[in-house]
Amino acid sequence: MNAGPPDDARTGPRREAWPDARAHQVAVARPVDFGEFVRGAGSLVVQPRMGFGSPELMRAGLAATMRANATTVGTITLDSYTRVGDLDAVDAALAEGIDLNGYPIVTHDPAVTRRMLAGIQSDGFPVQVRHGSAVPRDIFAALLRLRVNATEGGPVSYCLPYGRTPLADSVRNWAECCARFAELREHGVEPHLETFGGCMMGQLCPPSELVAISVLEALFFCRYGLRSISVSYAQQTNAEQDKEAVLALRRLCAELLPVENWHVVVYAYMGVYPATGEGAYRLLGQAAELAVSAGARRLIVKTVAESRRIPTIAENVAALEYAGVVADATAHGGGADPAVDSQTYREASALVHAVLNLAPDIGPALLRAFERGYLDIPYCLHPDNAGRTRSYIDDQGRLRWADPGALPLGHLVERGRPHRVTSSGLLSDLSYVRRLYDSERGHPRRIAPVPTVPDSLEG
Amino acid sequence: METQLRDGRTAVAAGRAPVVLLSGVASDSHTWNLVYLQLLIEELGYDVVNLGPCVPDEVLVEACRVQDPAMVVISSVNGHGYQDGLRVVGKLRACERLVATPVVIGGKLGVSGEQSARNVERLVAAGFDAVFDDGGNGIAGFRDFVASVRAARRPMVENVETPA
Repeated sequence: MNAGPPDDARTGPRREAWPDARAHQVAVARPVDFGEFVRGAGSLVVQPRMGFGSPELMRAGLAATMRANATTVGTITLDSYTRVGDLDAVDAALAEGIDLNGYPIVTHDPAVTRRMLAGIQSDGFPVQVRHGSAVPRDIFAALLRLRVNATEGGPVSYCLPYGRTPLADSVRNWAECCARFAELREHGVEPHLETFGGCMMGQLCPPSELVAISVLEALFFCRYGLRSISVSYAQQTNAEQDKEAVLALRRLCAELLPVENWHVVVYAYMGVYPATGEGAYRLLGQAAELAVSAGARRLIVKTVAESRRIPTIAENVAALEYAGVVADATAHGGGADPAVDSQTYREASALVHAVLNLAPDIGPALLRAFERGYLDIPYCLHPDNAGRTRSYIDDQGRLRWADPGALPLGHLVERGRPHRVTSSGLLSDLSYVRRLYDSERGHPRRIAPVPTVPDSLEG
Repeated sequence: METQLRDGRTAVAAGRAPVVLLSGVASDSHTWNLVYLQLLIEELGYDVVNLGPCVPDEVLVEACRVQDPAMVVISSVNGHGYQDGLRVVGKLRACERLVATPVVIGGKLGVSGEQSARNVERLVAAGFDAVFDDGGNGIAGFRDFVASVRAARRPMVENVETPA
């Protein structure tokens, strides 16, 4: 089990062989299953996006997250050099004392990372590693070595939006990494993997395709041996449509996933963020309400600083606590009936089943789906994306297909008059949420007092 | 006007719009800037070949060789556009075919706001025909530039037609 497949330039840099998971069995405690923790937490689990290059700062960020007055889990976001496999650039930055935009988990000595996590990562505070890599072999090897048993990504969602790695390479890389990650179970550790497929392009992808890709990536994870899964969905432009999407995601998972241990994670809006503190918090509050009312179990928050820069630890804590207060004040939707055939469910279900019918195995099915345009992300410029679909925001604020391209949505999408997308229309759609929430119209009902925002952060 | 040409010696005369090659730079994974520019340039009357984000220098140069574009537009918003632009424009100008092709760059080119006049001069000296910094009159200036490129093209097209 130490020997990986032969070296291949397309799988990215290869610093070390897969570790023998038995090597640290005695020395390292068995971490709690991230999925079981979230499902048993009793209230919405809130989580930041947070990563720092220095172990001391990373530890301080995790400690502050742990102490926040909310039900939290920790995040270690990796730096972008590690993400693209440029480990020489990490070495250079560490040697020269240049700040990295995340934690270089592959490069720091495992002993350093263990010290960083000691007394922090526990049964009451699991930690997830977030990265964004289509060539994640070194990252997964580091996780195995450290027994860090929760991460996220996917063969489609960590490939198409971010570069030019061929989709076939990403599928192969992710298949190998999932299989290796699943081997943790042989050593009494349950590995957890979250799909990033519900967040494609951050904004302007109609919810049905986000739901479909999230479900398909979850099926991919199951195919390669994972049993503890979460499925993501990123808040879009219309609260009702978002609720339809989360319910559709839950229903499709219940229908299709061969495992019981799964939950939905909602991401606060990932597109152009409101510039005012008021607007940013209203949008975050809306995301917390969505998560609770639609039966999701976890929320990835955003902060008031998002429109300008990487947020501080204190800004993250403020966002976590605000989201927690809103969540506690929102009626729980765990019992809401997801068995409603909404437009979002019908489209997502049609996409998922059409893709699954393309091949007996999920990996080849995903590749064929993109070749044929059965999956086609609007505005995504990756060479393996057909690029025929277009979307727009209608006058109700719903995301709709301006052109469904070759998506197998047949009678489900009206073909009446095509909606022509112009450059000014696109610009307007990209900033729709910012305009809505920075103005008085955006969700005026305030559930919790908005934390004080220093003047320097305003517009 | 172009479509009235009688023979098929140019792409314009064949009823196709001239091609603009649009690209991000190697270190930049941003996409929405490129999507917006594609729509804008198409509205200005061009076909666009959009190479997308994270384009290695060699891929950009090779695509320019193959496409022989009427103009090359480079967009970057991650703050490294100044360094990346200086590097890649030299490689483009080193191609015989691209010596006189209009090549422009724009976006958020530095990590700390607008580029200094000196940096803009350096980019121009390195080979760019124009620099559209986000802090300045970015898009309006870019539209004006495209219009001037079109105006410059017309006499050339008519020269093709006259002898026939």
